[in-house]
Amino acid sequence: MQALEYAMKKTMYEKIWDSHLVVDETGQAPLLYVDRHLMHEVTSPQAFEGLRLSGRKVRNPHSILATMDHCVPTKNRNLPIADPIAKKQIETMAENCRVNGLKLYDMTDPNNGVIHVVVPEHGFVHPGMVVVCGDSHTATHGAFGALAFGIGTSEVEHVMATQTLPQKKSKTMQVVVNGKLSKYASAKDIALAITGKIGTAGGTGYVIEYTGSAIRELSMEGRMTLCNMAIEAGARAGLVAPDEKTYAYLKGREFAPSAQYWDQALAYWKSLPSDEGAVFDATVTLDAADIAPQVSWGTSPEQVVGVDGCVPAPESFTDEIKRQACENALAYMGLTPNTKITDIPIDYVFIGSCTNGRIEDFRIAAEMAKGTQVAKGVTAIAVPGSYHVKQQAEDEGLDKIFIDAGWEWRDPGCSMCLAMNGDELTKGQRSASTSNRNFEGRQGKGGRTHLVSPAMAAAAAAAGHFVDIRKL
Amino acid sequence: MEPYKKHESIAALLNRSNVDTDQIIPKQFLKRVERSGFGVHLFHDWRFNDDGSDNPEFELNKPAFKGAKILVAGDNFGCGSSREHAPWAIADYGFNTIISTSYADIFYNNCFKNGILAIKVDKEQLDKLMIEIAANEGVRFVVDLENQQVTTPGGNDFNFEIDPFRKSNLVSGLDDIGLTLKHADKIAQYEQQHKKDYPWLWA
Ligand code: SF4
Repeated sequence: MQALEYAMKKTMYEKIWDSHLVVDETGQAPLLYVDRHLMHEVTSPQAFEGLRLSGRKVRNPHSILATMDHCVPTKNRNLPIADPIAKKQIETMAENCRVNGLKLYDMTDPNNGVIHVVVPEHGFVHPGMVVVCGDSHTATHGAFGALAFGIGTSEVEHVMATQTLPQKKSKTMQVVVNGKLSKYASAKDIALAITGKIGTAGGTGYVIEYTGSAIRELSMEGRMTLCNMAIEAGARAGLVAPDEKTYAYLKGREFAPSAQYWDQALAYWKSLPSDEGAVFDATVTLDAADIAPQVSWGTSPEQVVGVDGCVPAPESFTDEIKRQACENALAYMGLTPNTKITDIPIDYVFIGSCTNGRIEDFRIAAEMAKGTQVAKGVTAIAVPGSYHVKQQAEDEGLDKIFIDAGWEWRDPGCSMCLAMNGDELTKGQRSASTSNRNFEGRQGKGGRTHLVSPAMAAAAAAAGHFVDIRKL
Repeated sequence: MEPYKKHESIAALLNRSNVDTDQIIPKQFLKRVERSGFGVHLFHDWRFNDDGSDNPEFELNKPAFKGAKILVAGDNFGCGSSREHAPWAIADYGFNTIISTSYADIFYNNCFKNGILAIKVDKEQLDKLMIEIAANEGVRFVVDLENQQVTTPGGNDFNFEIDPFRKSNLVSGLDDIGLTLKHADKIAQYEQQHKKDYPWLWA
């Protein structure tokens, strides 16, 4: 009897999984229903072509929301796009959306922006949904208590044609963050600290649910930042249970449930959080109070350290693979072991991306930038995650603060997060970046990326090197 | 996907090991928006000289291998980045069969998703086939998937193993989407229920 009761307690992941199972037959991967399908111009064109070649149609056009973000310019949008390949991708996206009757926020649309910034702004994702996108940072939407994960191009086609996806069930990991986060640390620092702790493969095979008082304290935007980086810890997806903050955020947005259905939706959402006593396959615990502002020193998001720390020496790793990885990273990054993080000079600062391109990110960055000047030899760009973020920031006068401090204030897009649109580092240049990946060449061939929070990035812009913002 | 039928075709020889997906389809072609048309870029850096002319030294440029549907290649074919463009390029070029001792996992899976039969043989058998082709370029092999058998004029016939699920998908020409659509009624049923349970998603 006890065993039965025990078995009936479910995690949020299991609840969402079970309610979306369309077919579960032995010998075949279970088929999961997909509620929302997000799209951008880079990973969708072949999927559309595949549909066309096989004479299939988009099953539920209303489940799709598309934007253009990866290769759009962040300045001089009125001019024709110079890169012919980018131009072709953008034209193809527009044509595919037109032919298939899909909602698209194109480059000049006032709703345009980075897909994972735009989608929440419009309330397109709700708790309990299954959400996919041909993009690994789809995990962002786990902030709403939705199971959201990235898929490949042939899967994009699969979802368009069938509204389902063959999926293997993941294991569940609970990451508990209790305690009070210092004023100078943010959701980004929690995300980096987790990746530093469990490694980029630590979450492989798992869906992470973030729990604990420090997570409850985070704003919806902070939760998005956190879930966004679940993928950097190797997890399939990240989840935060919905609560009053979630409901308040959604209420009244364009695609949120209407007044007619609100109470019904709310009752469903409230049934989603993991049951008391539900069992996770793994648990990791962190104390928020211990989390210093983080800076990545290497070429993997697990290679991070607190700002008061030093670049590690390869010998400090007992694991042979990690030692080798450290050596390679230091060679690529042009860093010497035991250098103080605050002694590392930078050339470039990027604030933006689907990790840290929302209004709260620009507010805190502007607070740091106010009354300062970008250090000599440093280029600093602020790239809002969407036109709405840009507008909001301008309404609050933040653009002036950045411009007065010597920053460039741009139009929205992925920009230097993956350097596909021409915004990039040149060989050997070093950035303080609020994006999510510091892989070799991610921000331009030979470019060196240090991942940080918006506050840390803004402080570094003024100083020309990293600074411990707790001591300012 | 075309159903895979028994066929007699030229077997081309690519006697190289560890051919990786970056060689199969170099990354400068990944920005294309089409899925078709990758065949002209297959093995681009080997196939063409810097000035764009055909490199006569490259095996597949030999006139005897023109129109080949079978590719006989060295160990660990398709390693490297998981890009799905590699099997697209191979299929688009005209190959529907690869024979090698081993393949990278993801590449192997992707082959079957794209209608390509990837046959595994042991080293000894591969050597025999390679010798036969080298001695008689343009030789035609018969691939009989139904009976899991390859026959060659030189008598190097062999049987091969294949997962029954993969086999039936190739034979019927069903891709993953086709397979899922076998459950079309269940999807429709689910959707009906979904509309009742979550009406706000459909309003
Ligand atoms: S901002 Fe970066 S991580 Fe986010 S969708 Fe764009 S490229 Fe991907």
